[in-house]
Amino acid sequence: MEAEKFRGSEIFLKSLLAEGVDTLFGYPGGQNVAIYDKIYDYKDRIRHILVRHEQGAVHAAQGYARVKGKAGVVLVTSGPGATNVITGIADAMIDSTPLVVIAGQVGTALLGTDAFQETDVLGMTIPITKWSYQIRRPEDVAWAVARAFYIAQSGRPGPVVLDFTRDAQVGEAEFEFKKCDFIRSYVPVPEPSKDAIAEAAKMIDAAKKPFVVFGQGIVQSGAEKALADFIGKAGIPAASTLLGLSALRSDNPHYKGMVGMHGNIAANIMTQECDLLIAVGMRFDDRVTGTTSTYAKQAKKIHIDIDASEIGKNIPVDLGILGDARTVLEKLTSLVKASDHSEWEKTADKCYEVENSKVINPEIHPGKGYINMGEVVDTVATVSKGDVVVITDVGQNQMHAARYSKFVKTRSMVTSGGLGTMGFGLPAAIGAKIADPSRQVVLFLGDGGLQMTIEELGTIMQEGTGVKIVLLNNNWLGNVRMWQQLFWDERYSYTRMTNPDYGKISSAYGIKNRLVEKREDLEDAVREMLSDDAPFLLEVRVVEEGMVFPMVPPGKSVNEIMLTEKEWYK
Amino acid sequence: MENENTLYTVTVYTENQVGLLSAISSIFTRRSLNIWSLTVSASSIKDVHKFTITTHTTSEKIAAVVKQLEKRVDVIKAFFYTNDDIVYREVALYKVETCNLLESNALEDLLLKFNARILEMNKVFTVLQKTGHCEDTVALYEALKKLGPVLQFTRSGRVAVTKGDHELVDEFLAEREIERKKIEMNK
Repeated sequence: MEAEKFRGSEIFLKSLLAEGVDTLFGYPGGQNVAIYDKIYDYKDRIRHILVRHEQGAVHAAQGYARVKGKAGVVLVTSGPGATNVITGIADAMIDSTPLVVIAGQVGTALLGTDAFQETDVLGMTIPITKWSYQIRRPEDVAWAVARAFYIAQSGRPGPVVLDFTRDAQVGEAEFEFKKCDFIRSYVPVPEPSKDAIAEAAKMIDAAKKPFVVFGQGIVQSGAEKALADFIGKAGIPAASTLLGLSALRSDNPHYKGMVGMHGNIAANIMTQECDLLIAVGMRFDDRVTGTTSTYAKQAKKIHIDIDASEIGKNIPVDLGILGDARTVLEKLTSLVKASDHSEWEKTADKCYEVENSKVINPEIHPGKGYINMGEVVDTVATVSKGDVVVITDVGQNQMHAARYSKFVKTRSMVTSGGLGTMGFGLPAAIGAKIADPSRQVVLFLGDGGLQMTIEELGTIMQEGTGVKIVLLNNNWLGNVRMWQQLFWDERYSYTRMTNPDYGKISSAYGIKNRLVEKREDLEDAVREMLSDDAPFLLEVRVVEEGMVFPMVPPGKSVNEIMLTEKEWYK
Repeated sequence: MENENTLYTVTVYTENQVGLLSAISSIFTRRSLNIWSLTVSASSIKDVHKFTITTHTTSEKIAAVVKQLEKRVDVIKAFFYTNDDIVYREVALYKVETCNLLESNALEDLLLKFNARILEMNKVFTVLQKTGHCEDTVALYEALKKLGPVLQFTRSGRVAVTKGDHELVDEFLAEREIERKKIEMNK
């Protein structure tokens, strides 16, 4: 008896189901219509979110992936459909977000002929993906999907692109799905060296002033508890990168805040005063290190990472440990002596006093004048007791959200870190809410970023996605305005924005909204916003010339910290 | 001595997958490294391709590039070498006018001195072949130019073998095969 044959488009959907996919973010077009035709039959098994622009699909999938911990899936058509997801793919690559992006492609006979909506998707995506592959035959569909999910989700996660030609979609083949669990040229999780771990334990035991800086690798390897156990036993203060936020509870006694350009003073000063820096699942981004020539020069350094190419890439280290953060931390915890560095940890107290009096308190409790961005974030954190998923766009809104949010659960911070993609926030929030409808998802964004992907309000309307949008409206592209003020002689070149009536826009989409202009209304408005599960736009008119401090100006060492426009940390 | 101008030979062993040349070359271009020569062919291992790439850079940069190359899913292994670590050659072909060669009486000397061979000779033109290092193939070109116009001169990229006593790619693939069997067993 001959085995049953299916069209490539159906094999594709069967393969997605075999991978446990429950949600697609997509947009139909001429070269994926065959797949959409099959989705019509699979509606009861796969939820498809129709976005308003392909960029929205890819950022939504990123938000979904970051909250869910598995690959977000994007389905777009060829040509412009594919080029519109490029930004999100690059973003996912630099922030190690697992994505499987499937783009329709013209028939194989038309490849290379400049056919309608044909573009060289492989050529464009190879440098910004973990893997890009063109499916040319229906026989290869199941294999390619299995391989795509394995690559996207294993080791250091990242985006994968499948360029799915029309012949492969409509041609027929048998369906046999084999999950991919081995590629001989690819070692996703290297076995950490026992000697290196033993050496690290010795270094940690010998250190007087050890300091941990952790990144998103903690979240991705499920090492949240392992990290807390490690710093708890060894008595080591720890700080987070932007993408590491929420991996450790904000109220952990060893937690000293965020490192980097707008990080906490204690985190940056301790970086420059420690005698042993233990970096885990982070990559020494330049926004973290400031000028690399002076970064933690005084300290011995241990770098734990799953990606061999990261060790020694930006900062030379004394000891690299290649491996999964959780595995390494658990082994280290069992080897190190229980220790107490409370004298050293007190370094943070003085830093915090200065930061609190010069920066934090004036930002979140100004008492009079216009509302500050930090004040809004703090109000949300206080009212929600930190139990929300924070999504940010890029710029001042992002830095304030990172600085003033409080985290009690992991996977509670989704932000575009490496690429800094404005317009990321709104669609990412949609994806995050769909990934975990049980949690409140609060998006902080500015008037610039909202307008970059504002069309996704339509997706919220259609899907009824209960995203809480906090628009910090200052009528400026605030972060660039700030740089122009500080470093470009106050020449405000094209950063001023004339804004529409966001209440009307929101109402037109049937989204509840409220405008807050006075401080006394803020808390009540936040409570109203968080009182239910419906979409909500809270527009807060914030101070126009707001700043983000502290700040390590570009090109400076991370202990050269501006507290205000005129005052430096001493 | 370390400067920007050390010539490194990078060898990259890959699976036979479409798009690898693009993936590999973009790793060089993104770091502003000029690829000086590039040779791609099937390797001695079944289904494994070998890229041999030369570029001028520093030891730090080349080490970083090799890590980036190995990060690509379908790259099996990558290595970098200085000229001292390897035995290497390139092939050059020269097309010259036969009359010029014969008139000068220098042909025999040239063949001897440069260890070159004649691949084809007719009344109109002669094709010579020389295998050697870059300096040697260029030296023959200069010598031929003195006799008359060189109609065509073309050089291959570099091919190289290492001086080490064991083959690291074979070892890696053997380890991976054990790993694959382990995963199969655990199913």
